[in-house]
Amino acid sequence: MQKSLDNFKVGDKGVVTMVNGEGKLRRRLFDMGITPGAQIILKKKAPLGDPIEITLRGYELTLRKSEACLVLLEIKR
Amino acid sequence: MKNFVLAGNPNCGKTTLFNSLTGSTAYVGNWPGVTVDKKEGIYKKFDEPINIMDLPGIYSLSPYTPEEVVARNYIINENVDCIINIVDVTNLERNLYLTTQLMEIDVPIVIALNMMDVFRKNGSDINIDKLSQRIGLPIVEISALKEENIDELMKVAIEESKHDRKGVTIFQGTNLRHLVKDCTTAFKGIGVANPLFHAIKLIELDELETKDHPQLVGIVKAFKETYSDETFGNDLEAVVADSRYKYITENLSVLKQSGNSIVNKDNKSDRIDNVLTNKWAGIPIFLLIMFLIFHLTFSTNFLFLGGLFKNVKPSFEGSAFEGLLWTSDGINSIGVIFTNLVTSITNLLSDLVSEAFSSSPSWVSGLVVNGILGGVFSVLSFLPQILCLFLLFSILEDSGYMSRIAFILDKIFRKFGLSGRAFMPMIMGFGCSVPAMINTRTLADEKERTVTIRVIPFFSCGAKLPILTAIAGGIMSITNIKNADIITYSMYIIGVITAIVSVLLMRNTTMKGDIPPFIMELPSYHIPQFKSLMIHLWDKAKHFIKKAFSVILASTIIVWVLTHFSFDYQFLSDQNMDQSILASIGKLLQPLFTPLGFGSQLSSYGWVFVVAAITGLIAKENVVATFGSLAACIAGTMIDVEATGGDVIAVKAMISATNISVGGLLAFIVFNMTTIPCIASVATAKAETLKGKFKWTLLFWLITSYIVSSMVYLIYEFHFTILIFEAIIALIVIAIIIHNKKEKEKIK
Repeated sequence: MQKSLDNFKVGDKGVVTMVNGEGKLRRRLFDMGITPGAQIILKKKAPLGDPIEITLRGYELTLRKSEACLVLLEIKR
Repeated sequence: MKNFVLAGNPNCGKTTLFNSLTGSTAYVGNWPGVTVDKKEGIYKKFDEPINIMDLPGIYSLSPYTPEEVVARNYIINENVDCIINIVDVTNLERNLYLTTQLMEIDVPIVIALNMMDVFRKNGSDINIDKLSQRIGLPIVEISALKEENIDELMKVAIEESKHDRKGVTIFQGTNLRHLVKDCTTAFKGIGVANPLFHAIKLIELDELETKDHPQLVGIVKAFKETYSDETFGNDLEAVVADSRYKYITENLSVLKQSGNSIVNKDNKSDRIDNVLTNKWAGIPIFLLIMFLIFHLTFSTNFLFLGGLFKNVKPSFEGSAFEGLLWTSDGINSIGVIFTNLVTSITNLLSDLVSEAFSSSPSWVSGLVVNGILGGVFSVLSFLPQILCLFLLFSILEDSGYMSRIAFILDKIFRKFGLSGRAFMPMIMGFGCSVPAMINTRTLADEKERTVTIRVIPFFSCGAKLPILTAIAGGIMSITNIKNADIITYSMYIIGVITAIVSVLLMRNTTMKGDIPPFIMELPSYHIPQFKSLMIHLWDKAKHFIKKAFSVILASTIIVWVLTHFSFDYQFLSDQNMDQSILASIGKLLQPLFTPLGFGSQLSSYGWVFVVAAITGLIAKENVVATFGSLAACIAGTMIDVEATGGDVIAVKAMISATNISVGGLLAFIVFNMTTIPCIASVATAKAETLKGKFKWTLLFWLITSYIVSSMVYLIYEFHFTILIFEAIIALIVIAIIIHNKKEKEKIK
C-alpha cells in the first residue's frame, strides 16, 4: 500500500518509492538519504503534532509534514 | 607549509579531531562574505608543521547552505594537499554519501573512521581493509574523543599528500558513464581543474555549475532527451543522488556486521528523548530549562533561599569584595558572582588610577577614570554574564538538546514566518543581545537571520532593566499605581509584541521569502566535552574583549568629551553638564521628540531625556547614570544612582524639574527599549548581517522605536488616538495583503 510520509502514524514502517517536489528542497531530501529504497520508520511527532521525527539509514531526521508529503512510501508490516 | 582540510558531516567528531590536532594554535575567523566560522590551526607533532583547515560540517557538496558553498569552493579552488574525510562509522551510509562526492576531486584523501570503539562495543564490526579496497582510499581507524591513532592518521595523510591523485567516481559502472566521460573531456578541453567533479555537478545541472559554465550545459541537455531511467525518467539530479546511495548500500554497507543487540547508545538517547520531547512534558521541561539558565546567570537569590539570609551579613563584609558570594537577599548565582568579582576588581583599579591622577588637571583624570576606564569597565562587567549565558547555551547545543528545542517549537514559529531555530536567539535576547545575535548563525536562511537580529533588542536585555525599575519607581511617585511590577511587565510585553509585529511586517514586505524548510538531523544526546566548551568560550571572550577595547572604547571617549566639554573647549564638571556640547545637541533634537512626550512640551530641563537616550547608545545603564549626573545640575547635588533607591531619587528629580507626564515617561522607557541598542550589540549586528543590510537595520530600529513610543505616549495621554492607530494599522495590513496578492498573480 502506498502512503505519503505525512500520513504515517507513529511506529509505521515503509520503503521510499518516490520523492516529489523540486529544486533545492528535493535535493536536500536526497542528500539526507531519502532516496528510493531507503527504509523509514516514523519515530515520533513533536508535542504540537508537527514536525515529525523519522529514523532512516541509522540516524534520526526531523522534517515538517509539508516536506514529508513529498515522500511516497510502500508500507511494510 | 602543507595544507590539510578536515571535511565531514555535522556531528561526526570533526571539531573534536580539529581541537586535538591543533591545540592552542587554533584560530577562529569568518569566511569572507558569509557568517560561517573559519577555523584554522597548525599541527606540530612532526618536523614539518602542517596547516589544518576545519571546513564547516556538511552533508553534501550541493549548494544548499552557505556552509556547503564555502566548503565546496575551498576544496576545489584553494591549494589543498590532502583532504581528511571524517566518517562516523555508526552513521555510515550518510557519511559515505559525502565521501563519494569528495573522491571525485583530484586531491589526495584519507578517511578517518571515527567512533569505531563505540561501534565495536555494541557488538558491530566492519571489514576495514575491504572497505578501503572498494572505495579506493586509505582508511585510518581513530577515536577523536580519546585522541587515539591521531598521529597515525597524520602519517598516512602526509604520505598521501606526496603523490598526486586523480578523481574517481562511482558512475564508472552505471548508464551515465559515457556522459560523465564526455563532460569530463569537455571540462579538460577548457582547462578547468578537477574536471571529473565539475562534470558530475554539471550532469546534476547544479546551480553554481550551470552559472559558471553555461556553454557546456548543452551536452547534458542533449543527453537528457534520449535518456530514461525506470524510476526517475530523465531527472538526472535524482539519478545521481540515488546512484550514490545505491552504490553505498550495495557495495559498502554490506561489509558491516550489525551487533546482536540494538545499539546501546541509541537506546539511552531514546530514553532521554522520551522525556525531553514528550507530548505533555516536552514544553514544560523546556520552559523549566530556560528558567534555570536565566536563574543561574542573573539571580541574586539563587534557589530562592533568600529567606534564610535575612539576618546574615553579606560575604566579605567591609572588604572590597563585599557581597561577592551572598547578601542579605540570598545566595548569588554563578553569573552574578563573576560579575561582582569583575566589578570589584575594576573598582579597585579605578580607585588606584584616580589616586595616581589626583594631582593632574581635572579634565585629565576625568577623561582617564570616567571616560576611558569607566567605559571599558562598564562593558567588561557584562562579560561574565554574557559568557555564562554562552556556556549554558553551548552545553545545550553540544548535548544535542538545542535541535530538540527547534523540533518542539517549530510549529509555533512557522506562524510568524520563521523556523523553530529562531527561538533560541530571541530568548537569549532577554539576557544580552550580543550572544543572542551571534547565536543566529544556526539559522540557515539569510533573510530569517536578518529579521531575527533586528528584533533581538526588543527582547529587553538585562542592562535595560535598571531603566525600567528606576522610571517605574518614579511613575509610582506621581500616580496612584502602587505596584511597579505591573509597569515593568507591561513594558516587557510591549517589547515582545513589537518584535512579533515587526517579524510579521518584515516577512511580508522587505524580507519576504518562503519559510525555510526544516529538514534537520537530530543527533544522539551526548555529554558535552569540557575542552571544546572551553575553547568555544575563550574564542567568544577574546572577540568581546577586542571589541571593548576598540569600537566601544572609542565611542565612550567621544560621548565623554561631548558631555564634559562646552563649545568653547571649556572642561565642565558633572554638575555643569547642562552647558556641554551634548546638552546643546539634546536641546536641538528635543522638538523631534514632542510626539513621544519628552520633547517641546517639557519645561526648562526637557533635553535631559534626549541626552540620556543618546548616552544609552553606548550602554543602556548609562541612561540612569546620566539622570544621576544631570540631577546634579538641576538639584545642585550629585545623586549616587548606585546607592539603594538612588536611581528612583534621580528620576524623581527629573520629573519635578521637567513636569514630564506619565505617558511621556512610559514612552521614554519604550523608546530606550526598542531603539538602537548599546554599542556592543550594534557592533555585533554589523558583523553578523550581510553587507548593505546594516544601515537599514539601524534605520529600522530608529523608526520602530519612534513609532511605537509615540503610540504609547499618545494612547496613554489621549485615549481616543487608539482608534486612529487601529485604523492606520488596518489600512497598512490591507495594503500589504492586496500588494502581495497582486504580486502573486503577476508571478502566475
